[in-house]
Amino acid sequence: MRPLGFGELSYDVAHLLGAIVLVLSFAMLYQRRLMALINIYALQAVVLALAAAWQGWVQGAAHLFVTAAIALLFKAIFVPVALRRIVVKLMIHRTIETVLGIGLSMVAGVALVALSIMVVLPITGEAAVLTREDLALALSVVLIGMLVMITRRNAITQVVGFMSLENGLILAAVGVEGMPLVVELIIAFSVMVAFIIFGIFFFQIRERFDTLDLHYLESFRGERR
Amino acid sequence: MLTAIALAALGLGMLGPVGAALARRPFGNAIVYGGSLALSALIALAALVHLAGGAGPVAFSLPFGLPWLGVHLALDALSAWFLLILGLGGALSSLFALGYGRHEAEPGRVLPFYPVFLGGMALALLAADAFSFLVGFELMSLASWALVLASHREAESRDAAQIYLGMAAFGAACMLLCFGLLAGTEGDYRFAEMRAAPPTGLRASAVMLLALAGAGSKAGLFPLHIWLPLAHPAAPSHVSALMSGVMTKVALYALARVLFDLMGADQPGWWGGIVMAVGAASAVMGALRAVLERDGKTLLACSTIENVGLVAIGFGLALLFRGREPGLAALALGGAMLHALNHAIFKSGLFFVTGALLVATGTRAIDRMGGLIHRMPATALSALLLGMAMASLPPGNGFASEWLLVQAVIAAPRIDQLAFQVEAAVVAVAMAIAAAMAAMVAVRFLGVAFLGRPRSAEAEGAVEADAPMRAAMLLASLLCVLLGLVPSLPLQLGAPVLRMLLPGAEGARLAGGWIGPALAPESHTAYGSLALAALVVLGFMATVVVVQRLAVPGHRRGPAWDCGFRAAPTERPWGNPAAQYTAGSFGQPILRILGRPLLAASEQVEMPEPGETRPARHQSGFRDPAARFLFAPLQAVVMAIAERVNHLQFLTIRRYLALMFGALVTLLVLLAALEAR
Repeated sequence: MRPLGFGELSYDVAHLLGAIVLVLSFAMLYQRRLMALINIYALQAVVLALAAAWQGWVQGAAHLFVTAAIALLFKAIFVPVALRRIVVKLMIHRTIETVLGIGLSMVAGVALVALSIMVVLPITGEAAVLTREDLALALSVVLIGMLVMITRRNAITQVVGFMSLENGLILAAVGVEGMPLVVELIIAFSVMVAFIIFGIFFFQIRERFDTLDLHYLESFRGERR
Repeated sequence: MLTAIALAALGLGMLGPVGAALARRPFGNAIVYGGSLALSALIALAALVHLAGGAGPVAFSLPFGLPWLGVHLALDALSAWFLLILGLGGALSSLFALGYGRHEAEPGRVLPFYPVFLGGMALALLAADAFSFLVGFELMSLASWALVLASHREAESRDAAQIYLGMAAFGAACMLLCFGLLAGTEGDYRFAEMRAAPPTGLRASAVMLLALAGAGSKAGLFPLHIWLPLAHPAAPSHVSALMSGVMTKVALYALARVLFDLMGADQPGWWGGIVMAVGAASAVMGALRAVLERDGKTLLACSTIENVGLVAIGFGLALLFRGREPGLAALALGGAMLHALNHAIFKSGLFFVTGALLVATGTRAIDRMGGLIHRMPATALSALLLGMAMASLPPGNGFASEWLLVQAVIAAPRIDQLAFQVEAAVVAVAMAIAAAMAAMVAVRFLGVAFLGRPRSAEAEGAVEADAPMRAAMLLASLLCVLLGLVPSLPLQLGAPVLRMLLPGAEGARLAGGWIGPALAPESHTAYGSLALAALVVLGFMATVVVVQRLAVPGHRRGPAWDCGFRAAPTERPWGNPAAQYTAGSFGQPILRILGRPLLAASEQVEMPEPGETRPARHQSGFRDPAARFLFAPLQAVVMAIAERVNHLQFLTIRRYLALMFGALVTLLVLLAALEAR
């Protein structure tokens, strides 16, 4: 396959989808409400599935369609539905208490994107253009996912942040040619395991402290704040 | 020869699992120690053949290990010399263990590790790349650590093992960094490559200091010796013999390998000054502590520190003389190598003696022994011969090597630098003090343990050691006597080592058994061991004749001079044995003279008030300066840091994540900044 470049449809579409994933990450960063956060996460997973499918079509790699299907079924439908059920069951529709102000987190997010571009672009000088851009976008998504995790106090938000981080990893994986399916399966599995663990974790916390605010957990452990 | 030794090392390694499997069987003992004996003897024989045959270095590499490195083994004169020490020490210890091992309470804690310990040392000596060397070195450290833990029910042993593990980790880290610096930026860890590109300048000095710290901590050089008097006695006696006799020599081998071989001859002479100073401090400190310790095995371990110090002095002198006075360099290095061999044999033998005493009396405290010469004559005879070697009395083998070292120190003012001349004078005094105290150690050990009257019921009921133990002790004494009578023979055997390490030195020539000039034509004094031995025997016989002439014919029995003995009660017809001279009283003058300034010794007398019925108590003790000035402050600093960072253990989940995130972002920023340049 000839290398992709600017002005070609396949490249532009891939770039667009990656950018949408990143924009949705930013949306997650400022979203204060739990249900809306889960919706944005689901939307991000759908876009990720589209990106994977597009890559599969462009590269002519059938296994990327499988990846897209896994992302769609598992990340876009199953996990959000389950999280929503948890939220409903635990009756926590309240707003999320963020640690960092929204404006400040947005600034931090933009700084992280700039950092990713500065790190990735010089390193991957010899790689194809698409790979480079894709990796920069994916790294940004990963870093913003982490930022989401550390700027929220609620356990569900941390799970969503963690899975958005996984989305970034998969975005990086589909952008590189010749990534075998096994790796994606393992990533999907790790997300599932994490999800199960976090699910059990929620119920345990809830059962014990009647809240999902980690603040109570911290005071239980005798931590300093 | 190399193949035979490598196969023997492999066989020793394989005996470990066999030992684990057979530990509970009655014949497991015999199989493991018998196998170790045969394989060690094979190693000694092969090394002997290599040295005597004058064959050049041989090497081969194996295709496993690290993928880009493999395993490189080589046999040259230096490794053959130390393999000879390993083989002799291993064979003697295994022979001793054939008897001693039967008294082991938990053989499952000794049998699996003993052969692995031997095999690890053999691998370290054979290795021709840094990675294999470190694997062997660590195998040796860990196996001996497990052996120190064999008596894990005693809190002392557990503490000793913990300190030992910490020091071993420190030593290994130093050796790792040392080899890392030697390998340079290309990172080629083969010894041959290191030899081809020796480091220079600051890097070379850093390598030297790291090697001295790494090998020195394992060998027990001051001030990194504090683990040694704790760990060596805690292990079973045949293992103590190996640790003191052989393991410290493997560490000295590492020092010699790095300083003389890998770094090349073109290095500054002041290194020798440092090595010499460290060695002199170890010699004095070890001998001083040996005079004061009351535990038989601990005092032998302290004496090991002294002897390792003497070998280090030899190394330092050789480094100093190298390239300026080749003959004197050969004299110093020859003395050091010979002393390494001699010490390995007599110290192993003395540890066998303490093992036999431990089995017979159930204690290591020599204050609870006494009068054992009547009950254990063979043990007493070997203790006498071995103690003579330790005391460096002629014609023992310890005298020959120490004589060479002293000759080299005395000749040191030929170096035309005032600092070294002054240092040599101080070192000569230190050696004299150490030798005098070593003699005192031997007299005190023999006198308190074997002479006088039994100080406890256990000592009174002691029985002679069994056949393999007796054989090992007597064999070690015999070797000491032989090496003492013909020290030129091992020197001749070690000549290839000197030729290899000191370019320009011709090595020893056998000059009618007179060892000084054989090594250095400049040396004007000579030591003829056979002549001296003949003189000693003649003098002894003349004394006997004169005494018999002058003595009153016939003999009569009278009451013994009972100084200090009260009138004998009926239950103790021999008087109160507690009134005899003890180990503590023997060491007290030294404690007062040298212990106060050097060891912060303290003595307290606690008198009862008038009318009280409790006895008066006299307490004396001392603290090692290394513990006071190096380890206590170090511990305080570590504790302070630990206190500071302790709150990191109690962060919130979010803060842990933030910590990782921060680290990741910092690294990415660093990467971006490095790329931008």
